[in-house]
Amino acid sequence: MSDRLLVSTRKGLFEFTRSNAGRWAVSRVSFLGDAVSLSLHDRRTGVTYAGLGLGHYGVKLRRSRDGGASWDELAAPAFPPMPEGHEEKLPDGRPWPWRVEQIWALEAAPNGELWCGTVSGGLFVSRDQGDTFSLVRPLWDHPGRKNWFGGGADMPAIHSVCVHPTDPRTLAIGISCGGVWHSSDGGESWELSARGMRASYMPPDRTDDEGIQDPHRLVRCAASPERVWAQHHDGVFRSDDGGRSWSSIENVTPSVFGFAVAVHPRDPNTAWFVPAVKDETRVPVDAKVVVARTRDGGASFEILRAGLPQENAYDLTYRHALDVDESGERLAFGSTTGSLWLSENGGDSFTALSEHLPPVYAVRFA
Amino acid sequence: MARVTFTKNLERHVACPSEDVPGATLRAVLDGYFERHPLVRSYVLDEQSELRRHVVLFVDGRQVAERKGFTQAVRGDSEVYVMQALSGG
Repeated sequence: MSDRLLVSTRKGLFEFTRSNAGRWAVSRVSFLGDAVSLSLHDRRTGVTYAGLGLGHYGVKLRRSRDGGASWDELAAPAFPPMPEGHEEKLPDGRPWPWRVEQIWALEAAPNGELWCGTVSGGLFVSRDQGDTFSLVRPLWDHPGRKNWFGGGADMPAIHSVCVHPTDPRTLAIGISCGGVWHSSDGGESWELSARGMRASYMPPDRTDDEGIQDPHRLVRCAASPERVWAQHHDGVFRSDDGGRSWSSIENVTPSVFGFAVAVHPRDPNTAWFVPAVKDETRVPVDAKVVVARTRDGGASFEILRAGLPQENAYDLTYRHALDVDESGERLAFGSTTGSLWLSENGGDSFTALSEHLPPVYAVRFA
Repeated sequence: MARVTFTKNLERHVACPSEDVPGATLRAVLDGYFERHPLVRSYVLDEQSELRRHVVLFVDGRQVAERKGFTQAVRGDSEVYVMQALSGG
């Protein structure tokens, strides 16, 4: 069980801690006033990372070795200088800058590697706990990368890095919009494989193009790593081969649209989603906040609403703002309107920990 | 030596004291400052050495139009200000 929750918001990083009496409360606020796009606590090393997006001053990465009491500034992941005369354009002709716009994925691998996905499409890896990062060139230099485009952000963005729990050289990453890319050699080579995903926002002859799919979020089951769940722009998908091929799950209630997904760490058939109205309005269906849970691999879904607002609620949950702890019992999610809910029974019932936070970008058990 | 001064707002994030820095061009002055205070560089310039979108430079009261390169000459008594652009606010 995890008793700590890191909540990254538009105006700072909020740490919630559970008391012995079972009450969750804010125990620390870091970076108050600054946008924190994502945070990560690596239990193996005890190191906590926070990715900041300072409106005027760019993307920053901070590291704490004392649980958030103090933070060091690291050199944030950054592209190498663009070669003189080199022009880089998105498929629509706009410039594609070699510039990190946002930290949008942070994952610690069992072999000590720290993976960082970014808005603008760069994947970076650190092997010294964030002291230095290097751009994963084989992916950046792959000709297929040039087909990516923005979805949710102006630039293509790597939002999910799924590291295989027992073979950390096996990686699957999710890109909006660029499909699902795989490496089985620690990032030295990459291939696109997202068979079965479909994109109805594209012209008919591009609908099945694997390289332009918009998975909003990918999560891999820790105990059954071949099982990967995706909340995609066009619905929910399930993979049983590590994310290479996908089956569409059509019957998610009350909607197949959303951003976030979490998978039970031991039961690959149990996953949670936070549905919303597809896709221009992006508010809860009927203004009721609910969580959709499957326990049978997507054959059926329950709508979980106990403890969640059921009228006039316009909370949207972003892709990183839902998490489950290692027990599979504690589930938390936050919203764009500053609400944060927690369940200690796998979603059967929720408690509002706050309804007054800044807009929540990411929620993560520490 | 040109005097380099930063918006007070930046001090919240990184130490950036006003200092006199030698150099005949804006670029030389900025590089000289960043050599002394390496952390400040990434707050002002991005990884392509371009001025961040919402940062503006002034030399002797005039806004600098160059986003990169910074070839303009500065005098020994010039005042260089690194400010936030209101566009980012």
